[in-house]
Amino acid sequence: MNTFVERFTTNASNGLFCGNGAVEEDEEFSDAMWGSEAGFGSLARGVPSFTVPSVSDPAAFLRLHTDDHADPNCKIKIQHGTTTLAFRFQGGVIVAVDSRATAGSYVASGTVKKVIEINPYLLGTMAGGAADCQYWETYLGMHCRLHELRNRERISVSAASKYLSNLVYGYKGMGLSMGTMICGWDKTGPAVFYVDSDGTRLKGDLFSVGSGSTFAYGVLDQGYRWDLSDEEAQELGRRSIYAAGHRDAFSGNTCNLYHVKENGWNFIGNYDISKLHYDGPGDVAGSPGHGYGYDLRVEGRSSVNAPEAAPAVAAQA
Amino acid sequence: METSFALTGKGYVIVAADTTAARSIVKMKVDEDKIKEISPHLLMAYSGEPGDTVQFAEFVERNIRLYQIRNLYPLRPSAAASWIRRSLADSLRSRSPYSVNLLVGGYDTATHEPKLYWIDYLGTQVDVPFGAHGYGSYFALSLLDRYHDPEASLEEGLATLKRCVDEVAKRLVVSPGRYKVKVVDKDGVREVEI
Repeated sequence: MNTFVERFTTNASNGLFCGNGAVEEDEEFSDAMWGSEAGFGSLARGVPSFTVPSVSDPAAFLRLHTDDHADPNCKIKIQHGTTTLAFRFQGGVIVAVDSRATAGSYVASGTVKKVIEINPYLLGTMAGGAADCQYWETYLGMHCRLHELRNRERISVSAASKYLSNLVYGYKGMGLSMGTMICGWDKTGPAVFYVDSDGTRLKGDLFSVGSGSTFAYGVLDQGYRWDLSDEEAQELGRRSIYAAGHRDAFSGNTCNLYHVKENGWNFIGNYDISKLHYDGPGDVAGSPGHGYGYDLRVEGRSSVNAPEAAPAVAAQA
Repeated sequence: METSFALTGKGYVIVAADTTAARSIVKMKVDEDKIKEISPHLLMAYSGEPGDTVQFAEFVERNIRLYQIRNLYPLRPSAAASWIRRSLADSLRSRSPYSVNLLVGGYDTATHEPKLYWIDYLGTQVDVPFGAHGYGSYFALSLLDRYHDPEASLEEGLATLKRCVDEVAKRLVVSPGRYKVKVVDKDGVREVEI
C-alpha cells in the first residue's frame, strides 16, 4: 500500500500519506499560467497526488466495513440495485433513472435523486455506491467550474468524463463503486459517456447501467432510432425505466426523466412506476393514453382459436 | 449460455431453444435439438444440468406415451404439465434430483386453446402467455411485456420471437448462435425457420 501511495505522490514529505498534497490546489500558480495550459493546468506541478484514508491499508479497512456478502452485520451497507439509462438522439440526450435504494433485501428509500446535476449543461447518473457517485460527481462539478474560469469556455463532455475516469482510476482497487453516465451538450453536440470505477470510459449513443439494465435494454434497443422525435424519445426513456422497475426487484418506485438540449438540461418529470403500470404517464408528450402493464395492454384479447363450426367455448374473455 | 423462449398467439404456441451443447468453455455441438415433441400436440423445451436434461426429457416422453397407449387418448396440456411438475417436485426431494428447467407448450384440442407452462427445477409451474429460461430471459421478458400479443398471427408471433433472438444476440456476451424453433397448433407440431 505504502509503495502504491509513494508511486503516485510527487510532493509527499513523509511518504505515508499525502494529506498536504491536495488541499492547497491552485495557490501556487502564477497569473501567467491561467487560461493558457490547454486544459493541462492541473499538471503544471507534476502528476497530481491522491488523498487516502489515514489507516495503514485503506482497501482492507473498506472491505472490513462494507462486505455484506461475508458479514451481513457489517457497518456500512453499500447501495447496489438500480436502473439508469441515457441515450443520444437527433433531439439531444434523454436521461432516465429509477429512484429506489436498497441495502440487501431492504428498500432503504424510494425517493433517491439518481441524476446528479453537475452544472446546467452536464448530468451524471448514479449507480453503485450512492455516496461515491454523489461525492465524486459534485467534486467533478467543482473542477468543471474551475475549467471554465481558467479557459474561458465550458468543459466538453469528453473532458469532464475523462477527468472523472482518471480520478476514479487513481483509486482503483480501493473499494470505490460507481457506474455512471456523464451526459451533456457541448461544441460537438449531444454526448454520452459511460464511466465506471474500474476506470472504463466509453463514448456511445445508448447505455443502461445497474441491476435492471438488461430489462431496460430489452425495451430500449427495440424502440431506439436516431431520428426519434422529442416526445417519442421521452416516452421510450420512461417506458424502459418502467420495464426495469417492473421486472427487477432492486429497481422501482419512481422514474426521473431529463432531456438535455442545446441550451442545457430540462427536468421533464417524476413518474410513479405503479401509476405508470395502471394508468400510464398521464397527460404528457408521447403518452400512449393507457397503462404500460401487460395485462392492461392485452385486456380482452385471447389466444383461443375456436373454429367457426364448433360451439364457442369461452372464446371471448 | 443456454437460452429458451416460448410465446402463445392466436391458436398456436411457438417454442424456441438455442442449439449449442457446451461443456466448460467449449462448444461440443452446435445443432443439438433441445425441444422434444412429447405428444401429437405437446412440445417441451428443456435446459439445465447436462445429462439430467435428456434423461428427464426421455423419461417424460415415455411416460406420456405410456398413458396414451393405456388410455387410447393423450393427456391434455394442463394435465401433462401437472404430471411433469409433480415428477420434478418428487425428484427434488430424492437423493439425486433432476436440475432441469422446462417450457411446456401445447394445443388443447378440446378447448382450442394454446397453453404454455413455465416450469423450473424446483417444481414451480406457472401458466403464462410467454416465458423464457436462461440468461436470455433477462432481456426477453421486458421486451415481451412490451410487444407480445395473444391475438398475433403466426407471422407476427415469429417476428416477435425474432426480436427476442436479435436482442439477446446484440446484448448477451455469450449469446447462442442458432435456435431451433417449433410450433404447435391444431394441426400438431412442426419445425419452422426464422
